[in-house]
Amino acid sequence: MRPRRDGDLHPLLADHDIVVCTGSGGVGKTTTAAVLALEGARSGQRAVVVTIDPAKRLADALGLEGLTNTPSKIEGDWPGELWALMLDTKSTFDALVAKDAADEEQAQRILDNRFYRNISGALSGTQEYMAMEKLYELHEEWDFDLVVVDTPPTRNALDFLEAPRRLTRFLDHRLYRILMAPSRGIVRAVNVAAQAFLRTVSKVVGAEVVEDAITFFQAFDGMEQGFKDRAERVLELLSHDETAFVLVAAPRRDVIEEATFFAEKLHEADIPVRALIVNRVHPRFGDANPDAVRERARTLAGTDLGGLYANLADFLTIAHTEEEHLEGLAAKVAPSPVLRVPFLASDVHDVGGLEEVGSFLFDPATRPR
Amino acid sequence: MGKTTVSAALSRAAALAGLTTLIVEVEGKSGLAGLFGQPAFDYEEVTLSPGGGRQGAGDVRARTLTPDDALLEYLEDHGMSRISRRLVTSGALDVVATAAPGIKDILILGKVKQLEGSAAHDLIVLDAPAAGHAISFLRSPRGLIDAVRVGPINAQARDVLDLLTDPSRCQVVLVTLPEETPVNELVETAYSLEDEVGVSLGPVVVNGLYPEVAGLDADPEEAARRAGASLHPGEAEALHEAAAFRRHRMELQAEQVARLAELLPLPQLHLPYVFDTDLGPDHTDLLARAVLDGVAELHQVPGVGAVAGPDDGAPGAGSTPDDGRAPTGGAER
Repeated sequence: MRPRRDGDLHPLLADHDIVVCTGSGGVGKTTTAAVLALEGARSGQRAVVVTIDPAKRLADALGLEGLTNTPSKIEGDWPGELWALMLDTKSTFDALVAKDAADEEQAQRILDNRFYRNISGALSGTQEYMAMEKLYELHEEWDFDLVVVDTPPTRNALDFLEAPRRLTRFLDHRLYRILMAPSRGIVRAVNVAAQAFLRTVSKVVGAEVVEDAITFFQAFDGMEQGFKDRAERVLELLSHDETAFVLVAAPRRDVIEEATFFAEKLHEADIPVRALIVNRVHPRFGDANPDAVRERARTLAGTDLGGLYANLADFLTIAHTEEEHLEGLAAKVAPSPVLRVPFLASDVHDVGGLEEVGSFLFDPATRPR
Repeated sequence: MGKTTVSAALSRAAALAGLTTLIVEVEGKSGLAGLFGQPAFDYEEVTLSPGGGRQGAGDVRARTLTPDDALLEYLEDHGMSRISRRLVTSGALDVVATAAPGIKDILILGKVKQLEGSAAHDLIVLDAPAAGHAISFLRSPRGLIDAVRVGPINAQARDVLDLLTDPSRCQVVLVTLPEETPVNELVETAYSLEDEVGVSLGPVVVNGLYPEVAGLDADPEEAARRAGASLHPGEAEALHEAAAFRRHRMELQAEQVARLAELLPLPQLHLPYVFDTDLGPDHTDLLARAVLDGVAELHQVPGVGAVAGPDDGAPGAGSTPDDGRAPTGGAER
């Protein structure tokens, strides 16, 4: 297998403070994020990688057990620093509530509420939002040179950008205002309709569930603005030049389709994809025509040579179709570089493995000293 | 992991065995229709591959279920159609879903249960969410029985739990690749599902095994001499490297298959890697036949079918999808 590098991501790390790795699930986003942060540390940066993956793959990749919600330093032979953390959606949300609450008593009332305790696990978009919130915190308060974020697998790259607004919209929900109506003196007619609505909802899900929701919204009263402001600041940081979005993909058709969709959405939102990283690319053995080789295998069927040709034809076919699928996606992210990482001999579970992947993304000659 | 591909292959295999099969999609946009050479489908049931014909096969049908649709239908069926639109369009479902997590999942599973009860299909294959979410998806009825103690949701959750924990009605088929991380994740998922949900696990599907090719050990020049053929310049190197690559990957795959067998005492169904990135009906048929071959093999080995997880003597674990009418969850990773 010839090592082949199609570009160099050192400029990406040098020009940006934040790198967001986005893409479908199961394409190696977590590993890629770790590789980028490691190279940051090798280039002398103070780098941190945030992972969201519930399967704890980054912990595996770094040979670390039990990453927590605050950064822990990974010791190693590099001039910079490498830190890692595993996003804990609930703790991050708790901290946010504590920050915005008027007093400790309000914070505690919210944290104890059953409805609130469900938000982090059940409300879609919360995880994405908390990932962005964490990124903001690391960038603003921890003074890292490079923050690399792995993102939850979603079908829409913009979920991260939409999540903060979606959550603030939820917290500012119409139902919330209906529930608050009595204390705010809105005409009684509205209230009657609202009560009828709530009664029906209670009939389906049970009264205590609705009670929990009401109690939560009452406890949350007055905190919406703080949340909204912070969400807006997070969004601002994400759309700023210092943030780079990197698309991670694999050359399978379904993944390419999703990645293409991601790229289009990001483009619509005026967010450039700064690099496309394609993992698990099949090696290319020569440049013969796959069909011709397949034909040769057929004529020689039954001989060892026939088997060898059949095998070569298999890999030529797959390499050919992979390249074909990648072409369209590469055009969508042009002129940004497209970097291919081949199938590796084993899964990445240590720094050595990360370095092997890194050798396909970075030119050692351009590493800052 | 090819969870959708495996759902298609299992369904087609069941259809070839004469069963009318329904595939239920829950996440949309999965490329399932393409595996049968059909246009994308929606909430309405469509036929992806008609039965009849040579082997007297059953239909493969499919539909997508969303929580919103399932909720609307549920409310309409329960005399609450006036409120239903409003509940969905106002976004109140989000509030309710947060108040009682798992409610969206139970809406979908409740609909699956209703489909099972209608007996319109011999087998229902549910293309379930990927691993992390698969556990919470299947755990939703237990959670809801605790959270919502009375009312229709509670009743619904109880019915769904009955379905999930009855091995004669439901089995979960886990899908993995012969690689290290996917195998680890599968084992983790398998134990969580047995412990936390109490479902019965069917055979584990290992997807993407390189098929055997004869002659991979041969030296290309030697082989050419023996076959009386001559090689193009540079061809020997390409043939040699490609053969070495496949041999190496096959060794790694065999190691992972053995490791999986050691970690998880469940029968395995092996599906071949398809050297093409555009999968269509022909590939689906090929994989379906591999499923049928694998199933036939499992039946020939006495004892294999009786193995189950540590805390669970679930009868029927290891039985096959064509044993009867049973919603089958495919969980990814």
